[in-house]
Amino acid sequence: MTTATTIEATHDDHHHGPEKGLMRWVKTTNHKDIGSLYMWFAFTMLLVGGAFAMGIRAELLQPGLQLMEPQFFNQLTTMHGLIMVFGAIMPAFVGLGNWLIPMMVGAPDMALPRMNNWSFWILPFAGGILLSTFFMEGGAPAFGWTFYAPLSTTFAPDSTDFFIFAVHLLGFSSIMGAINIIATVLNMRAPEMKLMDMPLFVWTWLITSFLLIGAMPVLAGAVTMMLTDRNFGTAFFDATGGGDPVLFQHIFWFFGHPEVYIMILPAFGVVSHIIPTFARKPLFGYSSMVYATASIAFLSYIVWAHHMFLTGMPVAGELYFMYATMLIAVPTGVKVFNWISTMWRGSMTFEAPMLWAVSFVFLFTIGGFSGLMLGIAPADIQYHDTYFVVAHFHYVLVTGALWSIIAATFYWLPKWTGKMYNEKLAKIHFWWAVISVNVLFFPQHFLGLAGMPRRIPDYSLQFADFNFISSIGGFAFGASFILLTYIVIDCIRNGKPASSRPWEGAKGLEWTLEPKAQYHSFNTPPSRKLIKAESQHS
Amino acid sequence: MKKLVIAFGLLFSFNVFAEYGLNMTEGVTSLSRDIYGLHMMVFWVSVVIAIVVFGAMLYSLYMHRQSKGAVAANFHESTKAELIWTIVPMIILVGMAVPASKVLIDLEDTSKAQMTVKITGHQWKWQYDYPEEGISFISNLSQDSKDAVNGTDADRENANHYLLDVDNRLVLPVDTSVRFLITSNDVIHNWWVPDFGVKQDANPGFINDAWAEIEEIGTYRGQCAELCGKDHGFMPIVVDVVSKEDYKKWVAKKQSEAAAAAVSATKTWGKNELMTKGKGVYNTNCAACHKADGSGMPPVFPAIKGSVIANGSAAAHLSIVLNGKGAMPQFKMLGDSDLAAVITYERNAFGNTGSVVQPSDIKSAR
Ligand code: HEC
Ligand code: HEM
Ligand SMILES: [Cu+2]
Ligand SMILES: [Cu+2]
Repeated sequence: MTTATTIEATHDDHHHGPEKGLMRWVKTTNHKDIGSLYMWFAFTMLLVGGAFAMGIRAELLQPGLQLMEPQFFNQLTTMHGLIMVFGAIMPAFVGLGNWLIPMMVGAPDMALPRMNNWSFWILPFAGGILLSTFFMEGGAPAFGWTFYAPLSTTFAPDSTDFFIFAVHLLGFSSIMGAINIIATVLNMRAPEMKLMDMPLFVWTWLITSFLLIGAMPVLAGAVTMMLTDRNFGTAFFDATGGGDPVLFQHIFWFFGHPEVYIMILPAFGVVSHIIPTFARKPLFGYSSMVYATASIAFLSYIVWAHHMFLTGMPVAGELYFMYATMLIAVPTGVKVFNWISTMWRGSMTFEAPMLWAVSFVFLFTIGGFSGLMLGIAPADIQYHDTYFVVAHFHYVLVTGALWSIIAATFYWLPKWTGKMYNEKLAKIHFWWAVISVNVLFFPQHFLGLAGMPRRIPDYSLQFADFNFISSIGGFAFGASFILLTYIVIDCIRNGKPASSRPWEGAKGLEWTLEPKAQYHSFNTPPSRKLIKAESQHS
Repeated sequence: MKKLVIAFGLLFSFNVFAEYGLNMTEGVTSLSRDIYGLHMMVFWVSVVIAIVVFGAMLYSLYMHRQSKGAVAANFHESTKAELIWTIVPMIILVGMAVPASKVLIDLEDTSKAQMTVKITGHQWKWQYDYPEEGISFISNLSQDSKDAVNGTDADRENANHYLLDVDNRLVLPVDTSVRFLITSNDVIHNWWVPDFGVKQDANPGFINDAWAEIEEIGTYRGQCAELCGKDHGFMPIVVDVVSKEDYKKWVAKKQSEAAAAAVSATKTWGKNELMTKGKGVYNTNCAACHKADGSGMPPVFPAIKGSVIANGSAAAHLSIVLNGKGAMPQFKMLGDSDLAAVITYERNAFGNTGSVVQPSDIKSAR
């Protein structure tokens, strides 16, 4: 199988390189082109979702309603969450997977290139449908990214049916992306590369793919049940027809908790590449990293109801979900300890990718601590649905998932473009972002503990100071993305030529390719010797 | 990262906690205190772990850098280390799980209750029923807060507890174990009073319970804690906890008010009387969706001004208000005279020309 595809790909290479003009991007089946499309799409969505966030923080700058009606505020929070999760973070990771996995496993391309084209091109349509709801009668969905019934069924605007359709499309896209990654890793991997030779980014993405395949159909089920409740007279979530609104939450979170790990496992992979490179030392505890990832993935399926401690669950259920949730802290801790041991007695330098990776370890761990606190069921009574939760998931998602994506961008940009970015500007950008993000999110812990609920457009005066600080941090953080855009475009346009291995400590098959990786990565599979020499953990 | 250090530094000094509302409230029930205790326990455990982990990391970041001449070692495995940092956290977790389980079990045990209050969430107000005492009323965000939302900073300063004040407060006796039965009439709400350590989802069609024995007389404030639509941020909770004697007096007063309302519902009202009363009822209950001037917020919330129903047959009007329809909530919980007044008001205000409705009509329509 592997050799057959390789030969075919070699053969392909003779008569088509990249096509000219716009149609290259429409018709492309090349993993690098598609990776770039994903990344640019994700970045655009990040800016759109970010613009919504600026709107939210502007309204919350001071008490009182200055800029918008409460209903529009709810539309903004809902769309912000949906766009960030499904439009920015997930596509960015699929983009990274596309770009990097074939290079890392010594393959010429992805296993299913035409499907790859499809899974990308569904996204702009899904995103477009989702955003178009703003212009429909009754406005965009306003029930939060968790869309609890019956607010999202009986009490929702008509545009909700378009939202359901968009979620279906996004789900298709993710499942296809996941199948493609599994097929690539299992079938296209260089014959000489054993599973336990694979770099961690490949491992974490392989495991993430299984999470996606397990979780996305559940989401599709949830929205389909919503659709029939809304339009075809069923009553899955309506007590007057014998249904149960809490059932919705079980289904949603059975998807939702694996989903949060879908957004962090590839991040763990990225950081596990960057830290060894800049510590000039092999990754500590490679195999325990793989096992920890797998056990986190398994546990993520059996803790969902920790989001539902206040729905009126029986005590036995609460106890079980509390214990299972606390357990997740163990493999997560193992990861953090391994990263620190990798740094320990290394010879560290702090180029931009390393700065992002190190601050990831710090800030993600803070999100882990608040996660641990939230997992204590009785304490969650006071935390639940407050700004404390908002702070928690932004520490794990922004300074976790997003941080790793930015780190990965700086780290592999030379390989993608053949050029170096401006290190000085990148450092300025890093410090700007890392300070402002903490001004933005750290005070939200205090707001939540002091009793400010989440998803409210206005608040009582005691919360004014911290909201003001948080909003200022938010504007500064938002503005940092202007600089990021400049740095990336400047690199592509004017960057100095990079060597094929721009980081002296870097290991991995991708660094054996040309400075700007050739259109088809490996036409002949790498040898055992090369694989061993480029392994992260020996 | 500097900010973090400062913020952590702030957390360490307890005085700051109290002054600026940085930390969770200890509250006034045994449960809220237990929860606070658990919270502080996990917090300090996290701080200690953070000092160790971040300490090691910062040390390494400082000492093991190339610019200080560090030469990279090559170790990359240690089963012993892996075992230690799997087992030690396990032990810490078990240490936290034991007290947490105790509190959880205590929390769910509502069997020792001495009285019951039923709480029903509506978009966007709370209804309180005392089944044993026969008392029932609705609690809305107070008018001065409503006015200040779009007003000036000064309006908000002058409003009594901006966004945390209501027209009718829940009243409870001190040192009495109260059982709350919590449900909803439309979407999911959540009844939360931080000082009691009570926060429970109000699910439509199901009843959840919670309990509290409040140990101090005083006024306690909370908010809805589950997104429930447009005015989710505007349905606060205010509880007056009073001495047992004052509570008895309050019950007696409420009961005689209810009796008077029952009498007034049997008489025939004049149109002006109904219109005056109706305007008040309309502004508290209906204006959130249909707007004070009756213009509504089409397409979701229709205008009452010029509405076919408000100008047409009274029966259809009564039916939609009593039973609701789609996103229009039902208003069965209002009294006969309130309903007669608000319907008459809708039918004759804003230039409408509908008929007058009497409390007796409501009674027979129920
Ligand atoms: C939560 C928002 C909300 C509140 C509060 C509310 N309504 Fe409505 N109302 C609606 C909606 C939505 C409709 C449209 C229902 C439909 O036709 O599906 C409606 C329709 C109506 C109609 C019919 C209008 C027409 O022309 O179709 C009347 C009459 C009415 N409401 C009266 C009232 C009264 C009286 C109150 C206060 C006691 C009230 N409403 C409070 C949302 C609300
Ligand atoms: C140590 C590991 C973690 C634990 C123990 C943990 C625990 C929890 C708990 C108990 C909640 C529910 C809080 C509530 O609603 O009352 C929660 C919410 C959340 N967590 Fe975590 N978490 C952890 C890590 C993560 C990670 C890695 C992510 C994502 C990258 C994440 C994303 C979220 C999100 C998005 C929510 C909010 C969901 C919502 O209500 O909208 N968490 N977490
Ligand atoms: Cu979760
Ligand atoms: Cu609410």
